[in-house]
Amino acid sequence: MAIYIEEEKCTGCGLCVASCPYGAIEIVESKARFTDDCTMCGACVSACPQGAIVLEMPRKGEVDTSQYRDLWVVAETTPEGDLAGVTIELLGEGRKLADELDAQVALVLMGDEVGELAEKAGGFGADTVYLVSHPSLKQYRTGPYADVLCGLINKHKPEIVLFGATSMGRDLAPRVAARIKAGLTADCTELSVDPETRLLHQTRPAFGGNIMATILCEYTRPQMATVRPRVMDRAQWQEGREADIVEVPVDIDERSVATKIVEVIADEGAGAVNLQDAEIIVSGGRGLGAPEHFALIQELADTLGATVGASRATVDAGWIPAYHQVGQTGKTVKPKLYIACGISGAVQHLAGMSSSDCIVAINKDPDAPIFKVAHYGIVGDLFEVVPELISAINERRGQ
Amino acid sequence: MNVIVCMKQVPDTSEVRIDPETNTIVREGVPSIINPFDENAIEAAVQLVEEHGGKVTVITMGPPQAEQALREALAMGADEAILLSDRALAASDTLATSYVLSCAIRRIGDYDLILCGKQAFDGDTAQVPPGIAEQLGLPQITYVIGLEVVGDKVRARRLLEGRYEVVEARMPAVLTADKHMNEPRRPGLKSVLAAKKKEIPVWDAAGCDIQVSSCGLEGSPTRVIRTFAPSHEHEGEMIEGDPRDAACQLVEKLAAAKLV
Repeated sequence: MAIYIEEEKCTGCGLCVASCPYGAIEIVESKARFTDDCTMCGACVSACPQGAIVLEMPRKGEVDTSQYRDLWVVAETTPEGDLAGVTIELLGEGRKLADELDAQVALVLMGDEVGELAEKAGGFGADTVYLVSHPSLKQYRTGPYADVLCGLINKHKPEIVLFGATSMGRDLAPRVAARIKAGLTADCTELSVDPETRLLHQTRPAFGGNIMATILCEYTRPQMATVRPRVMDRAQWQEGREADIVEVPVDIDERSVATKIVEVIADEGAGAVNLQDAEIIVSGGRGLGAPEHFALIQELADTLGATVGASRATVDAGWIPAYHQVGQTGKTVKPKLYIACGISGAVQHLAGMSSSDCIVAINKDPDAPIFKVAHYGIVGDLFEVVPELISAINERRGQ
Repeated sequence: MNVIVCMKQVPDTSEVRIDPETNTIVREGVPSIINPFDENAIEAAVQLVEEHGGKVTVITMGPPQAEQALREALAMGADEAILLSDRALAASDTLATSYVLSCAIRRIGDYDLILCGKQAFDGDTAQVPPGIAEQLGLPQITYVIGLEVVGDKVRARRLLEGRYEVVEARMPAVLTADKHMNEPRRPGLKSVLAAKKKEIPVWDAAGCDIQVSSCGLEGSPTRVIRTFAPSHEHEGEMIEGDPRDAACQLVEKLAAAKLV
């Protein structure tokens, strides 16, 4: 691993100085020069208009994998300023994997004034928190987050780095992987490690959920993966447990950030439909026959205090907005109770709901694949069964 | 306003099945289509050029038959198409693919925007566009559902979890299209016939200064070691009886498990 300046190309313009989040470049006699603070994050490489800065990462087969230790989770925060659910899930899963490798778990927490969350991370099982606080990191943006994270990775050399497979994780992880030339597996639903080889076995669905693939990154480090939310179990809270908090000073010049967030608008409809945290979901499929029949699904959902889900077929047909969609291309859910009404159970759909604690299927086709994953199945016309179900629930509650 | 669209020909995944004997994908008889999100990217590019002038260049990396997908893109209104095809590129993972495409984009040279679909229908990784942006040192805006060009900047609306974000970046930049971005046009017969007559140059690795050690199997850090059919099955119980009866039995069972 090396970073260097081709002096004959350097004009001493100083754009690299502004781009460096670690304040590690100075101009000496009209030429840029790295100081000892350089983490080889590579932020300056694309900032240099002359192409005078070269970051050389070892390629596959050239990496000394024994230098890399520990498992990192890249934290995500909610708009309300709390740790995201997926981050707590990754701390839980990361702990299990790290224990098998006799390794530590670190959380990389980037944001603005997020020190309180760093303390919380200890209770969820992190041994170390790399806390990076700066006003320019308040909202996630690819450039500064990637620069800071690449610097931390190149300096501390983690063996495994996990991200949530969210809009943030799936934007950030491939950017970082491309810079440090590391292998990355998208949207994993199962992880395990082999303590002998120290390899991370990363399993994910592909081809619309029709096939599962297990992937290794044998020769590059860190081994990186994005992990689908609501698949792994959340870390248990341990009162009084504390992490080592390592504050990482950064110096980000807003003028060198290539993107600006102009506005964030809450999606009122989507905001009210939180499938991933719902305890009960009632979903409708093509068996409903027409968009207006979602009213019956809504009625059952209201009776149960449930959230309404939908199959891809109904979303593609425009019967219901996409934020209701459960499945490979929609949301992955894991409620206590999932009631599928008029859903045949395409692999696409099963990939997003089959790990629910209890699945009920109502469908008039006895051969529908949904019955194979259901804990309870009723073969019948949903327009007859669902109203009876609503009255049976109401009657039971009235007793 | 010159726009490059990176696209991929994919099998129609709704038709893909697993051979239970061999645990491999059955591709025979599965139709090939343009990755649906790429159609949104092509449509957005054609609209931009209709408004601002310039040209749309579509590029794909793939086997010779991927030319068919490029012809469909030409019929949709793309001005030029390039097929990047070389045996040395086969088995490239997302990192190697983004490297290869970034080399080809450098060879094309003059561009203001690079558009891609947000992810490919077969792999669903969404990793190639950020990889291209990184290797070209450009800003990226993913999950775009709307965009406008103002001066030397692009302003895009992104669809995230439960919210929209409006982001501005200087150009050139890499953007990825979501399916809610637009309704891709269906070309008429005349456009299809005209697209058939266009020359599509085939570029190889050497012509794009692609280091063979950075692509294909050798340049791919990830390796698939196993594929298998997913198993979602549970031991279940079928509840018999007329609708009233079945509903009551179900509620009893759910109540016993404290689910209602």
